[in-house]
Amino acid sequence: MLYREAGQFKTSYAADQQLFPIRQDRIGVLLLLAVAFVGVPLLASEYWFSAILIPFLIFALAALGLNILTGYAGQLSLGSAAFMAVGAYAAYNFQLRVEGIPVLLSFACAGLTAAGVGVLFGLPSLRIKGFYLAVATLAAQFFIVWCLTKFPWLSNNSSSGVISTQPIEILGLAVDTPREKYLLVLAVVALLALAAKNLVRSSTGRAWMAVRDMDVAASVIGIRLMPTKLLAFAVSSFYCGVAGALYAFCYLGSVEPDGFSLDMSFKILFMIIIGGVGSILGSFLGAAFILLLPIFLDVALPAAAGLFGLPFSSATVSHIQILVFGALIMFFLIVEPHGLARLWQIAKEKLRLWPFPH
Amino acid sequence: MMHRCKPVLSAVALSLAMLSQGAAAAEEQFFPIPGYRVGPYGANGQAFYGGFVDYLNYVNLKEKGVNGVALTWEECETEYNNAKGVECYERLKGKAAKSAGPIHTMSTGISYALIDKSAQDKLPLAMVGYGRTDAVDGSVFPYAFPLVTTYQMQASAIVRFVKDKLGGSLAGKKIVYLYHDSAYGKEAIVALEAEAALNKFALVQIPVAHPGNEQGAQWLKIRQEKPDFVVFWGWGVMNQTALKGAQKVGYPRDKMIGSWWTGSEEDVVPAGDAAKGYMAATWNVAGKQVPVIADIEKVVYGAGKGNLQDKARIGTVLYNRGVSAAVLSVEAIRKGQEKYGKGKALSGEQTRWALENLNITEARLKALGATDLLPEIRTSCDNHEGSGKVKIQQWDGAKWVPVSGWIEGNKALIHPLFQASAKQYAKEKGITPRDCAKEK
Repeated sequence: MLYREAGQFKTSYAADQQLFPIRQDRIGVLLLLAVAFVGVPLLASEYWFSAILIPFLIFALAALGLNILTGYAGQLSLGSAAFMAVGAYAAYNFQLRVEGIPVLLSFACAGLTAAGVGVLFGLPSLRIKGFYLAVATLAAQFFIVWCLTKFPWLSNNSSSGVISTQPIEILGLAVDTPREKYLLVLAVVALLALAAKNLVRSSTGRAWMAVRDMDVAASVIGIRLMPTKLLAFAVSSFYCGVAGALYAFCYLGSVEPDGFSLDMSFKILFMIIIGGVGSILGSFLGAAFILLLPIFLDVALPAAAGLFGLPFSSATVSHIQILVFGALIMFFLIVEPHGLARLWQIAKEKLRLWPFPH
Repeated sequence: MMHRCKPVLSAVALSLAMLSQGAAAAEEQFFPIPGYRVGPYGANGQAFYGGFVDYLNYVNLKEKGVNGVALTWEECETEYNNAKGVECYERLKGKAAKSAGPIHTMSTGISYALIDKSAQDKLPLAMVGYGRTDAVDGSVFPYAFPLVTTYQMQASAIVRFVKDKLGGSLAGKKIVYLYHDSAYGKEAIVALEAEAALNKFALVQIPVAHPGNEQGAQWLKIRQEKPDFVVFWGWGVMNQTALKGAQKVGYPRDKMIGSWWTGSEEDVVPAGDAAKGYMAATWNVAGKQVPVIADIEKVVYGAGKGNLQDKARIGTVLYNRGVSAAVLSVEAIRKGQEKYGKGKALSGEQTRWALENLNITEARLKALGATDLLPEIRTSCDNHEGSGKVKIQQWDGAKWVPVSGWIEGNKALIHPLFQASAKQYAKEKGITPRDCAKEK
């Protein structure tokens, strides 16, 4: 009843081609953005900003990057964390070595650097596919971390290889409280997410999907494989690079190469698998699931244990948390192999017909 | 069945006891503990935090807290993961607003991530034997305390020990530095390079990639180099592999000296007889012969409030290290109460002052029953380290035996390195250093 597009007539091409063609969607997205930009900053506590919301947004962005590559262009990659590392170190070096560079510009440059590196490691994708490509991108994971440890110039000769990010200042305003950092991250993520949404339905996005579904057929109908695949690597790495820069500057404040481990790449991959491969929304849902559920269990389990008078130490809680988390992942994969985004899609279809499904 | 119920019942009794205690004593000193007991380094964390919590319990049981202020704490599991560590810190921060003891993360990565935050929140961050070592310069890092000693001072102390072993001069000798190729392994390089220039010995650096379970090439290189000593900075599985590697190429283990993260029972026992004769630095001795350790076993475990499930680990290097860290923390609370009022809980800011004015003398250590457990410590604004001394211990095949007294690193050589690094940090971050002459 509420979610029905009957009566919404499109009278121009512009109206037909807009990002969210259904009016309810437009209102929903605007509401969501309003809540995120106005409501949350008014209500959330410092803990929520710096421990939950900021990492959630940053990992959603990284997942989005991987989703572009894996979900839309069909190229499996295990190097996301490495591209984040490139972004983090590049942003740090741009800030350090270019006098007076605005922070946002150095984030963009970090993204571009990561894109360049991504293209380089995307070259094998022209010859190999599937699991073999995943193994080839593993090389990126190891090589980049090694490179950042090996060359002290990249970490400004820090004796330990750890970099501490510079303070953020935008147009003379210092961004140092968790709330301000959250708003900065939110703005960047919202912008890039909308851009991605737009990109995947453009001719570029359609070319990616054609390559994903069958690359021989795609090349027969005139899609050039090399630029298409490499562009996917570039865009994906750009997103990961920006996410890495935000991770260093707005979340941890100091990072070391070993922090961007293979574990982190896997985590990002799991996010898109759980959230939904080939879906923008899925990246956000997956990031929320993977990041927030453990924290929720961490807080809820001792409380539940206290209710029943069970003596849970923090180690026990941690073990149970891993157990429950694993079980939930399997549950979701069995019940809905296409991810959380697919559940949302089904809900939307049901809503369209509600309350008269026949 | 009875066995299963027992811990449950005792825990209920314990929590009830703690509740009533909390109602009776108004003042409580809270310790936020972002620690780890699971994950890849969980075994180390269990021993360390087990010792830490046991000592806090011990003070509560033995003296009803510090001047009547009961010690309370909450643990949060970080799994040695930086992001989780930050989450834990943020979660515990709210509870630490009223009163806070020093925060021990036992992770260099987490400490790095918390250095700025803890200074902003005015919570003292202790990094006992790890962490950002240039925080020794308290004028730039008011809230960070790399207490007791640092990697650089340790490396310098090891060089001094080697020098004594080789007859008082290192000129023309060769030392190989075999290290974990990570932030941790690289910290000591500056100190060793400075020592090499000063003492005119040749330094050969050989990195081992993480996790370090393949060291064939490195040990072949060491055999070619024929060094007089190998200084060894390993971590986790790398340690036992190195000992086995040395055995394979026939390099004598009594010419290998490790850092304090390579010198625990967990490191040498898996290497079997390859570990015999191997030496490692430590800032706390192992064993139950230390009176306070024996007393903890009697008082805390006697009352059934012990934190370790495996009692055999009492007295291991890492357990004693946890106790030492707790001794430092509790002594800081005591010191702070002298200034801010006995019987009152300290805020993070007050604990910070206390940590900066610690003075734990040999006499005080003796009174605590901690003679030789850790060195004397005296901190100040420009010296957050407070000691810089280590002991060298040797594995005799069954236990660690100290083979030296407390050896101090070359402070005149190493501390200027910290100051230079801290100065650079202050410049990058736009921090104006405090004037230590004005601090009291």
